[in-house]
Amino acid sequence: MKKITKATYLKWYEDMLFWRKFEDKLAQVYIQQKVRGFLHLYNGQEAILAGALHVMDLEKDRMITAYRNHVQPIGMGVDPRRVMAELYGKKTGTSQGMGGSMHIFSKEHRFYGGHGIVGGQIPLGAGLAFADKYFKRDAVTLTFLGDGAARQGSLHETFTMAVKWNLPVVFCVENNGYAMGTSVARTSKSTEIWKLGLGYDMPCGPVDAMNPEKVAEALDEAITRARKGEGPTFLELKTYRYRGHSMSDAQKYRTKEEVAEYQKIDPITQVKDILKENKYASDKEIKAIDKRVKDLVSECEKFAEESEFPDIQTMYDVVYEQKDYPFLPHKL
Amino acid sequence: MKTIQFREAIAEAMSEEMRRDEAVYLMGEEVAEYNGAYKASKGMLDEFGPDRVIDTPISELGFSGIGVGSAMNGNRPIVEFMTFNFSLVGIDQIINNAAKMRQMSGGQFNVPIVFRGPTASAGQLGATHSQAFESWYANTPGLKVIVPSNPYDAKGLLKAAIRDDDPVIFMESEQMYGDKGEVPEEEYVLPIGVADIKREGKDVTIVSFGKIIKIAYKAAEELEKEGISCEIIDLRTIRPMDHETILKSVKKTNRLVILEEAWPFGNVATEITYQVQSQAFDYLDAPIVKINTADTPAPYSPVLLEEWLPNHNDVIKAVKKVMYKD
Repeated sequence: MKKITKATYLKWYEDMLFWRKFEDKLAQVYIQQKVRGFLHLYNGQEAILAGALHVMDLEKDRMITAYRNHVQPIGMGVDPRRVMAELYGKKTGTSQGMGGSMHIFSKEHRFYGGHGIVGGQIPLGAGLAFADKYFKRDAVTLTFLGDGAARQGSLHETFTMAVKWNLPVVFCVENNGYAMGTSVARTSKSTEIWKLGLGYDMPCGPVDAMNPEKVAEALDEAITRARKGEGPTFLELKTYRYRGHSMSDAQKYRTKEEVAEYQKIDPITQVKDILKENKYASDKEIKAIDKRVKDLVSECEKFAEESEFPDIQTMYDVVYEQKDYPFLPHKL
Repeated sequence: MKTIQFREAIAEAMSEEMRRDEAVYLMGEEVAEYNGAYKASKGMLDEFGPDRVIDTPISELGFSGIGVGSAMNGNRPIVEFMTFNFSLVGIDQIINNAAKMRQMSGGQFNVPIVFRGPTASAGQLGATHSQAFESWYANTPGLKVIVPSNPYDAKGLLKAAIRDDDPVIFMESEQMYGDKGEVPEEEYVLPIGVADIKREGKDVTIVSFGKIIKIAYKAAEELEKEGISCEIIDLRTIRPMDHETILKSVKKTNRLVILEEAWPFGNVATEITYQVQSQAFDYLDAPIVKINTADTPAPYSPVLLEEWLPNHNDVIKAVKKVMYKD
């Protein structure tokens, strides 16, 4: 595994803080009704993305996830201003304003969405890996899903084929404890999700995902296995989300005390503590990072605000690859 | 020209395209070792090997999604459903992923994939194995839907479907795989979205597609003996639909009968009826008649199934009705 150094921690702190503040800004502009639709925020789960990016080969590896997907493409290299603009429905957005919060994509940075149907992205992730194996490319696909998606048939059907065909894919459940407002224990007798891998003879295990080092170690092993042609791995990344499932969630299914318990092991605080303990950064340097983050978030907001809405014709242009598709008229 | 079976037309189209383009592969239940449940991929495992002709578990949702994912990453998959009745357990991947990916990604990811297999009834198979979902799929922007009725159209259109850069639903019939027809010795590709006039006539236009069109041929033969001349249009492609050919014919005959093996509510015939009344209202000399299956699930019992399906007498009756000869 690539060594975890002072530079890693400095990058983790800045990235993770930016993701957190980016999401906070979205919550704010959502309340102002500048961003609409559903809005699912990543707050609390940042150690997963930080750890994953540390061990991925960002020149060739791929990533796909569900609808809690604003910050992953940013981590993969997408301009955050374009992600913010997508949520504003602007033509400068990653999908020209066609996708919105749940559907961020970047072909250039090998980020394959951004998927709104729970579990719908699981076979897609295996399919991306299928093509890499088919064309003998040396790439690995990280396929993320939530704890709710683990109960979808798509996971089980995909696991059967991914193992049998030795596909270069890592399946990562981000278990934040709740499928919308329903805890894992309320819908399933088996609450250790990673054990589902056992039934498919797939290497599997649980990971403390409030800590980016732990995530990096587990994912490094899994990615290495996939890259060597030894097939998929199933990891249960145990995490927590501080905000509701989406913005309309009153969060009556959990206590404030429970949230406070997790905030004690907040991934960003853990990273910050290490920065301080090891004297990787002075208070002044940390403040400078905080300011950079704040400025970049403001820049994203400004860019999104000032961008234009898409032209009506775009709605037609993005549907088919065929240039002259004869759409039926819908208005007089 | 050479005479081949419909199933051979399918296998030839797939094999020729796989020789032409390394990115094309075939995946589905029983497609490899068994040579296809209806032998539509006979010999392909031997020629292309197990990396390109792939037997799957019975997991339509899983392998449809793997197909779509691979199409986002360089492949051009052909996914076979043993019948489109089974596509229902994989339909999320077709409607939500294959059809929407390009739009949701703002044009970044097109999905060049073909989902193919038989549609509609095939004898006494009962309610779950006799369904026609052409209108369901054709309702969805992002998809193209093709339903050929003979080996020539099947081969030329399947080749076009595999080369198309958008997702295509390609529907066959268990009861057509043994049908024989002439195809050219040399390579050919037919255009998607172009209907074909299978029989020219002047009194009545009959629009149909897929295997049920054969009863229109039979009806037209009988009606000809009575001096009634039918023009038969084979849609071949349902989405996008060739409205121009239909309108041109209706403007000539002034009468339209639509024959479709599907439930009557909101089907392909309904859409044609709307388009024709809105664009050729003044040309119509009689209300349009559509002939469909009964508005019930398909029954098993032979007497009931015969009643449930459209037959050539229904077509004759419909033609006489629009000619006010009933």
